[in-house]
Amino acid sequence: MATAIEFNNISKLYRLGLVSTGTLRHDLHRWWTMNVRGKEDPYLRIGEENDRSVKGESDYVWALRDIDFKVEQGDVVGIIGKNGAGKSTLLKILSRVTAPTTGTIRARGRIGSLLEVGTGFHPEMTGRENIYLNGAILGMTKEEISRKLDEIVDFSGCERYLDTPVKRYSSGMMVRLGFAVAAHLDPEILVVDEVLAVGDAEFQKKAIGKMQDVSQGEGRTVLFVSHNMAAVRSLCKKGILLENGRTRNIGAISDIVDEYLSEAEEHNCRADFPDNDAPGTESIKLRHVQLVNDSGAPITFGYITDRIGICVDYEVTADTAAFTHGLNFFDTSGIHLFTSHDNTYCGSNMVKKGHYRTIAWIPANLLQSRDYYLTFAFMRYSPFEVLFHSQYLIKIHMVDDLGAPTRNERYNEDLPGLIRPVIEWSPKTNI
Amino acid sequence: MNNDWTTVIKPKEKLWQIDVGELWRYRDLCGLFVRRNITTQYKQTILGPLWYILQPLITMVMYMVVFGGIANISTDGLPQPLFYLGGICLWQYFSDCLTKTSATFTDNAGIFGKVYFPRLIVPLSTVISNLLRFAIQFALFLVVYAIYQLWVIPSGIQTNLYALLLPMLVLMLAGLALGFGILFSSLTTKYRDLQLLLTYFVSLWMYATPIIYPLSAITNPKLHFIMSLNPLTGIVEAFKYGFLGAGEFSWGLLAYSFAFMVVLLAVGVVIFNRVQRTFMDTV
Repeated sequence: MATAIEFNNISKLYRLGLVSTGTLRHDLHRWWTMNVRGKEDPYLRIGEENDRSVKGESDYVWALRDIDFKVEQGDVVGIIGKNGAGKSTLLKILSRVTAPTTGTIRARGRIGSLLEVGTGFHPEMTGRENIYLNGAILGMTKEEISRKLDEIVDFSGCERYLDTPVKRYSSGMMVRLGFAVAAHLDPEILVVDEVLAVGDAEFQKKAIGKMQDVSQGEGRTVLFVSHNMAAVRSLCKKGILLENGRTRNIGAISDIVDEYLSEAEEHNCRADFPDNDAPGTESIKLRHVQLVNDSGAPITFGYITDRIGICVDYEVTADTAAFTHGLNFFDTSGIHLFTSHDNTYCGSNMVKKGHYRTIAWIPANLLQSRDYYLTFAFMRYSPFEVLFHSQYLIKIHMVDDLGAPTRNERYNEDLPGLIRPVIEWSPKTNI
Repeated sequence: MNNDWTTVIKPKEKLWQIDVGELWRYRDLCGLFVRRNITTQYKQTILGPLWYILQPLITMVMYMVVFGGIANISTDGLPQPLFYLGGICLWQYFSDCLTKTSATFTDNAGIFGKVYFPRLIVPLSTVISNLLRFAIQFALFLVVYAIYQLWVIPSGIQTNLYALLLPMLVLMLAGLALGFGILFSSLTTKYRDLQLLLTYFVSLWMYATPIIYPLSAITNPKLHFIMSLNPLTGIVEAFKYGFLGAGEFSWGLLAYSFAFMVVLLAVGVVIFNRVQRTFMDTV
């Protein structure tokens, strides 16, 4: 397969802070060094890595640094990374909104970019006029738009308002109309930024569906930036993970998404209490709580379609009367979802001093794609007594899978609810 | 394999990288921008396009009172309404184009920040859409002209063949306005100081152009020479000479204006092209 786009050492330097008199001084200095003395730009050298959280020494930062990769024709590539990692800058350079500081991008075919829906809409003009204007801004000819007008109007669902100025539209309708135009653009290379984040659920479904058609059916090259990991995972084949303006990894999309999420959830998925003030009772101390996968290996987040385990290590510091464990799941707003007691141990023997591990297995296809909080308890039966009940210990981040058995493959919309168990439906019968 | 790239994005391009073919491909966009500019200008006004006519008429009356009446400035022996109206038509077109195109980058930052198309399309469409307004105001001028020719005898107006130069004169006005406009817009993206100066500059410029007075009123030869350095002087005088038969027609001045326009446009386009590549970072 031929290469569709080739990025060669793309870097982009930004100046932080205000543009003011100081800027003029820098400009003059740069002009002097480059044009009069014939040396390289003095400010290229002092650029710093773009880490938002650390106060830098220099006013100049590299929003992108040495980005270097190739995209094959027909590839659908997801670009992911934290806010400020350089995703949008990369798309801006690719869509020629701004030029790179160094490096070259070469591409085969027309590049259509979708950094926003409804660019250039004029509030005083009618829907129809705006379709033409927006289409032309995106690079279509008048004739092309006329040919697709019916399709566009149909897709937008705004037929009734076609001859009304768009200032009378609801914001949702404006987005639909904008996306409808964009969806009918057909360049060989399509660059899409986060546009799926807008609009209502029904519209998002349409938008993702259209993206799927574009990427799967029509063999077009697509670069896609989004924070919606489920959408990225289902739409893209390859992924690029950016971090502080550098490429951190390139590979199969599922690996890249995993790597990204692992990073994001690293501090939430585990809890360690090595010291004496660990939560617990006098003689039972919690030591370590960790999210694990089906085979017991630590993970940082789970997919709703996988069985996950809550692995709890604790220490019994002195022989103590028999006890058992339990856990509680809460959602992020504090609603108690369920509780589970460990029934496997209910003898009357003493528990010897030592280190113990228990794993609670949460079945696949029970949890929803959201965050949960976990608490853990030690208790004793007859008489029932709670020895200890912890605060929230870890946050469990669950990620959706568009192939989950709880959703139809033709349904990409959000499935609401706190949990998402598999429910068995018997086929409908005549009665 | 290596030479069939259709798009190459580089930090800097050659100074003379003006893709005329690309501009042509986007001609539909230019047309749609022209339509947008025209249809949206007077939306939600009661008088609508009537303003196209009212504005020059009001200005004309004002000039007749202030410059013709109070200051008693000569009009080369021509009827005041005609003399002022002709000047106003030309000046309005020039100054509208200049002020609008000089804000190209700042006014369109929203669109320019999201999608690429040849940026020159925007100032071009401004200059073209203002032609409609000029046409209407020029028609008004013709109406007043006809009134004088038919009812005021003797009118003292000697229209001659030089009036046929009108399209050329308008083209030169458009070229000069576009050239100055894109130059200004390129210089103001980073430092806005110039934009604040522009308003003063434009109103001062009108007084340096024979709009409210004839060039013949300048008797000091030194001053006369300085006046003719203004590339608009030759154009305005040629217009008045052609239609009203008074003024100083000079092929030399016209050639100077034309050469000025060509150089200005060339410099303007080069700088504009350079700025458009990264202006989003500084705007």
